[in-house]
Amino acid sequence: MTPLWSALCVVAPLLAAVTQCIKPRWGAATSIAALSLIVLGGLGLASALIESGAQTIVLSGWSPPLGIVWRIDGLTVTMILMAGIVGLPVSVYAHHYFSSSTTANRFFWPLWMLLLAALCSLFLSNDLFNWYVTLELLSLSAVALVTLAGKPAALAAAQRYLYASLLGSLCYLMGVALIYSTYGSLDMTLLRAATEPNTSVWVAIGLMMAGLLMKSAMFPLHFWLPSAHGAAPAPVSAILSALVVKGAFYILLRIWFDLVPEAPPHSVTLLLGAFGAAAILWGSLQALRATRLKMLVAYSTVAQLGYLALFFPLSATGELGQTAIGGIVYFMAAHACAKAAMFLAAGNLQRAAGHDQLSALASTAQALPLSMFAFAIAGVSIMGLPPSGGFVAKWMLLSAAIMNGAWLWVAVLILGGLLSAAYVFRVLALSFVDPGPPAEQEAPKRVARSSEWASLMLAGMALLLGLNAMPMLELMSVGLPAIRP
Amino acid sequence: MSPASFYALIGVGLFVIGFYALLVRRDDLTRILSINVMGSGVFMVLIAAADGVGATVDPVPHAMVLTGIVVAVSATAFALALSLARERAQ
Repeated sequence: MTPLWSALCVVAPLLAAVTQCIKPRWGAATSIAALSLIVLGGLGLASALIESGAQTIVLSGWSPPLGIVWRIDGLTVTMILMAGIVGLPVSVYAHHYFSSSTTANRFFWPLWMLLLAALCSLFLSNDLFNWYVTLELLSLSAVALVTLAGKPAALAAAQRYLYASLLGSLCYLMGVALIYSTYGSLDMTLLRAATEPNTSVWVAIGLMMAGLLMKSAMFPLHFWLPSAHGAAPAPVSAILSALVVKGAFYILLRIWFDLVPEAPPHSVTLLLGAFGAAAILWGSLQALRATRLKMLVAYSTVAQLGYLALFFPLSATGELGQTAIGGIVYFMAAHACAKAAMFLAAGNLQRAAGHDQLSALASTAQALPLSMFAFAIAGVSIMGLPPSGGFVAKWMLLSAAIMNGAWLWVAVLILGGLLSAAYVFRVLALSFVDPGPPAEQEAPKRVARSSEWASLMLAGMALLLGLNAMPMLELMSVGLPAIRP
Repeated sequence: MSPASFYALIGVGLFVIGFYALLVRRDDLTRILSINVMGSGVFMVLIAAADGVGATVDPVPHAMVLTGIVVAVSATAFALALSLARERAQ
């Protein structure tokens, strides 16, 4: 059954995209159907994993090095389920968000489904060149989605995003070319057995990691993210922040697990960790200074992605590495739910007020208590307070850091939590300030009930991840390769 | 120096030239072209990697380059359309 379930995850969104090009009116319905099939496929894969461990599928019977192999383990399934489960409420939300402007509505659905097909095949692939192709499909559809906002600022942001992303993929491809010319293989399982520490491998890994760090907006290569995520339409921002950056980071993790031939030099992990710490501080400070709500949420993404970079120094030692891996995967899932909820809630406020200037949002915020509630719950997970998915993830990272005696990273983790509390409360405070005399304020426009519920559902899932951690962690750890000593 | 490593070196050179131009130049068309030059550099390295042991030529890098060209053409078309749209919006 495994080949069927995994094929479902890629074929369903592709078919939906084709259908939507022919019948634009079926956009929302076919997307929701495809996402449900992805969730179903993910659950099917999860049960197969629990029964019989990690699986490989040799596509059309051509074995590597010529053919392509899909590998399915706990990390793959977690990511696919994350994409499907976050995608469903976002699609419900987008159905109301885009109904007024027909061009954006027409193009959103097929692009979103193509993005999803690229993302799912990225998660399933276990092959360096396949990852290049899926990464390009992912970024091209993501950039196209940003342009749907239509404003000159959004077009400029999309262009910057496109150049940064093409630069990143070409660096990655150069690394792939070097690996291929050294080992004559692209399959990760073969490469894991073959790679030895030598100069060409390190140069190749360096190039690939630089490209992927650019694509996953790791500080100081994050410059393209805030404008692109801030200018895109709200459901697109949610998709970009929750899912797209995770795609590049997923490949980074795989390379770290399978390609790095020996424990990398201490200075390298320290440098990556320092980038992460800088991202947390810089992103949080910019979020504190932001004047627009969506920019605040976008800078919060920069800060949260910094936690992902802390994985590299924390996973440096064998057994604790497993705690750090669990923490980081959990972090990706929790951040996806919470950040999508935040962007959708921010979109509701923007829609109702007609702008997203923080200084003038108080009356709107008080007219939309459900959206503010969703933002608050998502904020709990972003801050890492119990009981939420963010808490479990940060707790695991923190305990890996404490057991390592890495007090510097402990301090960064705690400071990051405090700073994120500060910028989340900047938004929550809107509910409690005096909005001023009602006559001067324009009455907030109506927002569809389902849009508010969509953001609340996502926030609820971030919370649920905190209440139900053990089975999730067990699923994640199936077949995860151990980090090499 | 074998022909293969000569081509690989030229490829790396093209990659670096394109990279430099992408960072330095601000003009849209030049940037799109410099991305293409970078891409050609990577393709050269891949083609050099196809030069196998003895008389055999490895077909896999050729397939990769073909796929890469398809990706590069679509990315270039999209980048051009985007810069056109931006010019019209201003």
